Amino acid sequence: MTENNSKQGSDKTKQDQNQSKENTDLGRRNFIKNTGLVAGGVIGGSLFGGLLAGNFKSEPATKQTDIKDDDIKEARIFFSRHEDFNVLKAAVERIYPEDDNGPGAIELGVPHFIDRQLAGEFGMNGKDYMQGPFREVDSDDRYQSRLNRGEIMIEGLRKMNAISKKKFDNNFDQAENEQQIEILQSFENGDVDLRGTSSVLFFNLLRQMTIEGAYCDPVYGGNRDMKGWVMREYPGPRAAYMNEIDSEEFVTHDPISLKDYQP
Amino acid sequence: MAKKLDKVDVVVVGTGWSGGIVSAELAKAGYKVVGFERGEEKSTQDYIGAKDELRYMSRKHMMQDLNKQETITSRNEIDEKALPVRTQDEMMVGNDLGGSSVHWAGATYRYSPIDFEIRSKITEKYGEKKIPEGMYLQDWGITYDELEKYYDRFEKTAGLSGEEDPLEEGRSSDYPNPPMIETPNLRLFKEAAKNLGYHPFQIPSANLTQKYENPDGQVINQCQYCAFCTHYGCDFGAKADPIVTVIPTAQETGNFELRVNSYVRRVVYDGKKATGVIYIDLKTGQEYEQPADVVVLGGFTFTNTRLLLLSEIGKPYNPETREGVIGRSFHGQFNTMALGARGFFEDKKFNLHMGAGALGATFSDLGGEHIDNTDTDFIHGGGVEIRQYGDGPINNNPVPKGTPLWGEEFKEKSLHYANRSLLVWFTPAIFSWWHNYMDLDPTYKDPFGDPVIRVTHKLTDQDRNLAKFGVEKCKEVMEEMGADIIDVDEVPEEFDHVYQGTHYAGGVIMGEDPETSAVNNYLQMWDAENLFVVGASAFPHFGNRHPTATVGALAYRAAEGVEKYLKEGGMLAEPKNNKMKA
Repeated sequence: MTENNSKQGSDKTKQDQNQSKENTDLGRRNFIKNTGLVAGGVIGGSLFGGLLAGNFKSEPATKQTDIKDDDIKEARIFFSRHEDFNVLKAAVERIYPEDDNGPGAIELGVPHFIDRQLAGEFGMNGKDYMQGPFREVDSDDRYQSRLNRGEIMIEGLRKMNAISKKKFDNNFDQAENEQQIEILQSFENGDVDLRGTSSVLFFNLLRQMTIEGAYCDPVYGGNRDMKGWVMREYPGPRAAYMNEIDSEEFVTHDPISLKDYQP
Repeated sequence: MAKKLDKVDVVVVGTGWSGGIVSAELAKAGYKVVGFERGEEKSTQDYIGAKDELRYMSRKHMMQDLNKQETITSRNEIDEKALPVRTQDEMMVGNDLGGSSVHWAGATYRYSPIDFEIRSKITEKYGEKKIPEGMYLQDWGITYDELEKYYDRFEKTAGLSGEEDPLEEGRSSDYPNPPMIETPNLRLFKEAAKNLGYHPFQIPSANLTQKYENPDGQVINQCQYCAFCTHYGCDFGAKADPIVTVIPTAQETGNFELRVNSYVRRVVYDGKKATGVIYIDLKTGQEYEQPADVVVLGGFTFTNTRLLLLSEIGKPYNPETREGVIGRSFHGQFNTMALGARGFFEDKKFNLHMGAGALGATFSDLGGEHIDNTDTDFIHGGGVEIRQYGDGPINNNPVPKGTPLWGEEFKEKSLHYANRSLLVWFTPAIFSWWHNYMDLDPTYKDPFGDPVIRVTHKLTDQDRNLAKFGVEKCKEVMEEMGADIIDVDEVPEEFDHVYQGTHYAGGVIMGEDPETSAVNNYLQMWDAENLFVVGASAFPHFGNRHPTATVGALAYRAAEGVEKYLKEGGMLAEPKNNKMKA
């Protein structure tokens, strides 16, 4: 990326910071409303006080959490800990970052896409052969873990966070971008030991699901508003190209999704 | 306890092209046929609106469920412990009514005349010495000329759309439909190929170029180039598959009963003949015995081999003694398949989001009779292809080598090249070796407690040398096409246990000699005259093209054999002892 480009990028980040602040405040109000708690009544209470502090007071002003995020409309069904989900969000944004081409993984809805996928058949390896005995293998191309994908994801994300805390004295999602990238690279290179699986397998899964979430049909919660498709001029599911497939020119269409296509 | 049912004329295991064709032909001839499918019943209705890359391509919606059904185990060496192939990313065999013949791409070539008499021809041309020690190179027991009418029949059933390969002769009639549209990418490939002295043509396709009624009265629609083809069932009934052809043909006779969710576990065998099959109704758990005069195994390569081993029919192959035939000669196009060269073009953009499974161009100059193997460090050769499948955004993010696979630079380059990259690849001929085979795994079981198939497979110099040659040729074509950056695939040192695609073959191979083959040229078992084993399991080796036309042709041949057997009985071909040494 050129210097000029990154400058534009940081200007944009500023705008988004303001927007994000509003979202956070709104989210806080909704939380209080939805849980039926009166703010004043819980501040002193240890449990809820801690919860509120953890969720809201320490909302950092670092870049990745400032990215426009539709969290307000979403809820988690797989990740029970907000902390794990924050690590996921930061990680997928590093894998598929916002840039001049368009939105990154967070704005595209990738974290919630992954949350839903892990809660279902794919996350539970429902169509895979998961009977023992399990044996260790050298190859990272062969899935021989007794953990399912959901378990691998939790294992990997927590390890990333633990490394970040130890090395950078910060949660992964609050570490600098370069620090996050360094940690991700160490997983990609297989330099980290995970319990019951390999860091390469975890990383490949994380990368794969990030790309899936960026470009899947919006019905799955990723590729929000088809913005992933727009970036690569992909038109979505369409009935026929018979009359234009021999065109010497590149043919563009505004994308449509399954919602528009399916009978 | 299995509940015994009333006897029928023929039972057929599997509903893909193999099982479907045999079922249709025998039902048409008036025989009572019961067809077994362990997957779900499917119709064209199931695939209307099926344009969902995540579900079909990434989550393998149409592939075998390895949890509920079965998987295989895999190893390279005979003294290794095999490990199960656990995920659908590593095992992509089709499932449900129509089998792999529904999600297939539709590239449908005949094999070359040399393939059927490969040992004789190679020996004649280059001498016995050309054949490496340990390679099981053998003639098929049938010639191209004998098989031609069955090829012709299959092509008409499927309504293939194509044009004649300028290098191949011996077609008794033209393709039933004209070839697919020549798109700018294919044109670029063809021009480059011609400049290099090759003879390119459009790939024969089972995606039909016009609405067509086949000889059985089934109508296949016109392909719309909608791009959701390979890995998908067709939205429009425009891809020839068993669901729009042979299955309804069988059903319309009134002689065919389809039993879905029915998992055949054994062939019942009295030591001389098969008397029926044992199957389980997966919805109720009830086990049945279905007696029949003829049993046809028309399942996948793994299924056919496994059922024979589980049922203890035929002599299992033993690699130590090199004796036995069931499980022998496992091979296929998978690990060194489709390696080639990828080109990145700065000034050109292609409509890669449009396409069809078999839309492509190719040439045959580098394989079969057209290549001189005198000075090559391999025998036979391969086809060179370019395809335009219709690329989905999840699974097509090529970037030049050296680019990180994630992060800022990846995003930038993968978006830039999303419509600026073409791939030319090589489809090699693959041979059988003494050390590559299938048997039953001693450890891993299916959900009913039966052992799964164990594959022992390693690459040879033949595989690697041929693949290297192919990659180099693809690179030359890509250079001529004018790509700005060209990346070539690396040829693997060893098989990585990822079972890509569905080009697996052997295990129950055909031939003339019962010492080295399990079935004769009607696919009738030497050890059980009323048992026919149909499919790519019968291939002694893999020709340098895609297998489906040959699977279809052999199925028509086998159907004729079953009918002949039902009328006349006995062995339909005389065994010959070839004294072939491996």
